[in-house]
Amino acid sequence: MGKVILGNHAVSYGVLVSRVQTIAAYPITPQTLIVERLSEMVADGELDAIFTKVESEHSALASTIGSSSVGARAFTATSSQGLALMHEMIHWTAGARLPIVLANVNRAMAPGWNIWTDQNDSLSCRDTGWMQVYCQNNQEVLDSIIMGYKVSEQVLLPTMVSLDAFVLSHTAENVDIPDVKLVDKYLPPYKPEIKMDIDDPRSFGALSSPDNYMEFRYKMQEAMDKAEDIIIKEGKEFERIFGRKYGMVEEYRTEGAEIILVVSATIASTARASIDSLRAKGIKIGLLRIRVFRPFPVKDIARVLLNKKKAIVIDRNISYGKSGIFFDEIKGAFYNIEGEKPKIFGYIAGLGGRDVTPEAISDMVNDAMRKDKPEKDIIWSGVKL
Amino acid sequence: MIEILIHGRGGQGGVKASLSLASAAAKSGKYVQSFPEFGVERRGAPVKAFNRISDEPIVIRSKIYNPDHVVVLDHTLIQSINITEGLKKGGWIIINTNKKPGDFKEFCKNYKVATINAKEIALRNRLGSRAAPIVNTAILGAVIKVLKVSDKESLAIAIKEFVPVKREENVKAAYEAYDEVIFEGEA
Amino acid sequence: MKHNKKKVEINGASNMPDMPASLGSMASNKTSSWRNLRPEIDESKCIKCFICWKFCPDAAIDFIDENTPPKINYDYCKGCGICAVECPTKCIEMVEE
Ligand code: SF4
Ligand code: SF4
Repeated sequence: MGKVILGNHAVSYGVLVSRVQTIAAYPITPQTLIVERLSEMVADGELDAIFTKVESEHSALASTIGSSSVGARAFTATSSQGLALMHEMIHWTAGARLPIVLANVNRAMAPGWNIWTDQNDSLSCRDTGWMQVYCQNNQEVLDSIIMGYKVSEQVLLPTMVSLDAFVLSHTAENVDIPDVKLVDKYLPPYKPEIKMDIDDPRSFGALSSPDNYMEFRYKMQEAMDKAEDIIIKEGKEFERIFGRKYGMVEEYRTEGAEIILVVSATIASTARASIDSLRAKGIKIGLLRIRVFRPFPVKDIARVLLNKKKAIVIDRNISYGKSGIFFDEIKGAFYNIEGEKPKIFGYIAGLGGRDVTPEAISDMVNDAMRKDKPEKDIIWSGVKL
Repeated sequence: MIEILIHGRGGQGGVKASLSLASAAAKSGKYVQSFPEFGVERRGAPVKAFNRISDEPIVIRSKIYNPDHVVVLDHTLIQSINITEGLKKGGWIIINTNKKPGDFKEFCKNYKVATINAKEIALRNRLGSRAAPIVNTAILGAVIKVLKVSDKESLAIAIKEFVPVKREENVKAAYEAYDEVIFEGEA
Repeated sequence: MKHNKKKVEINGASNMPDMPASLGSMASNKTSSWRNLRPEIDESKCIKCFICWKFCPDAAIDFIDENTPPKINYDYCKGCGICAVECPTKCIEMVEE
């Protein structure tokens, strides 16, 4: 039944079997265990990589950008405040079209100082050109690292793999660690067409005038469009080799459903229990888990939500002055699409690591069922007034 | 699916016990989760660790509020915290103590009590000192005997995996606890 | 080191690289076109200290050997005058093109 490992160590093993060549990182709770384990793997000779200790997260990603630029498969990990400190380099990574994979342990932003989970850290990187994956269990964490490199190295955009603080990072469960030889079959060595090479000198990230800057941005968007197809294709290929299925989204009991619950990350896992109990009461409800947030799965969302009565979105994040971020994106995705659109309810829940139980999820569903339509864009779940 | 709560004090190895238990259960074919109380742990302060063990993949990822069973690594906790908080009626309370189940009259009405002198077993196997005996591995022998969530062989492999030193002694302690745990009726 | 000197006309996204990187080395970028003052070394006064060589921001001064005064590469010298300022014997003169 696999090995029982923490979500953080699932990241480390994902990096190990992906034969990553460089790791640069700075410790931060609750991420530290990822790179601690990696440093042991490198010290023990288990992983043939260069491990660089740096003085800040900004330097961690800058160093990772450097090694990726010379053609190495490069990795870094961080969380919350650390990701925020990286932000300049986050933009740089995507603009430089480097296929770096970064693991972010989703942790709430301070103040108030908080080490528990929510998604505002990574969602603040929404517009940087990184692909973003939100995981629901430790197996998916490990697999997403491998698939991250496979996809990133084809489309030349970086991938951020997010896992919930503590709920995954410090929770141990059964994980199948794939054999590295099998991973080799799936993930060939990274061979970039253009890299920093003294035998083929070029200048990188140099001045890009109004004459051509826009074209570079056009190409990034083109790559994001392409990424959706490649994520689906590589998900199928992954399933063929490893027997586990991943796509842009995941559906659970959506057949015959009139109401769809839309959730990401670990709340989506817990929500299955709620769906089962609601279904047992005769409520026609199904679950749509958004796995990939960038590129945004507009087609899948339209396919699943069109002609349904209601959609209930639970966000463990908030865009102040607007609404939950997934809610906003889902609503926006529909505007120009033809068809019978559902009433969309947006709940904010679980900020700063507040526990989201199956009962709390059922309460949100019951609340939405009582109402004809949402009165406002934000409905707070469980906030003490 | 069963949910287990382990009560201990910071530094006593409750988290490691939870991990070893999960690993042992996984080795005997179960789906498992093991997690600490999320956040900060202070030496000596009461801490909790949690396990879910199931024949089916586990989807629930919220905390455990109503455990099926509790394990108490340190009997002095009984005075300072309510160890039965949220515990389901009829659940097992497995306590490290030199007393007998019948001595815990306050629990016997709603719950089942099993006792194990894990401290004595630890000292017998030279695990820790009299002031700080290492009881977290020994007690697991009692846990798998009473709760039947794994078997001795799987537990031995799991302990060897998670305990860096005195591996044989730790396994021996767990086996002794398996034989010495006191409880009445069917587990 | 091989220098990819081919000149490439970029006229749109379709023939641009994905990365904002030059298609060839900067060797194809003859920065001399920016120059209006050219540095000239009076070799008779040169003490071969190579301070000019160290300071040139465009590496446009070539080192030959220790006994030969350095040579300015006028394909790339952009005429900034740093070498003339830094030369301890003031044997580099900036003359009008
Ligand atoms: S700095 Fe002046 S003296 Fe020194 S090597 Fe250059 S030209 Fe000659
Ligand atoms: S003028 Fe400037 S660019 Fe030209 S050789 Fe002197 S230092 Fe170099």
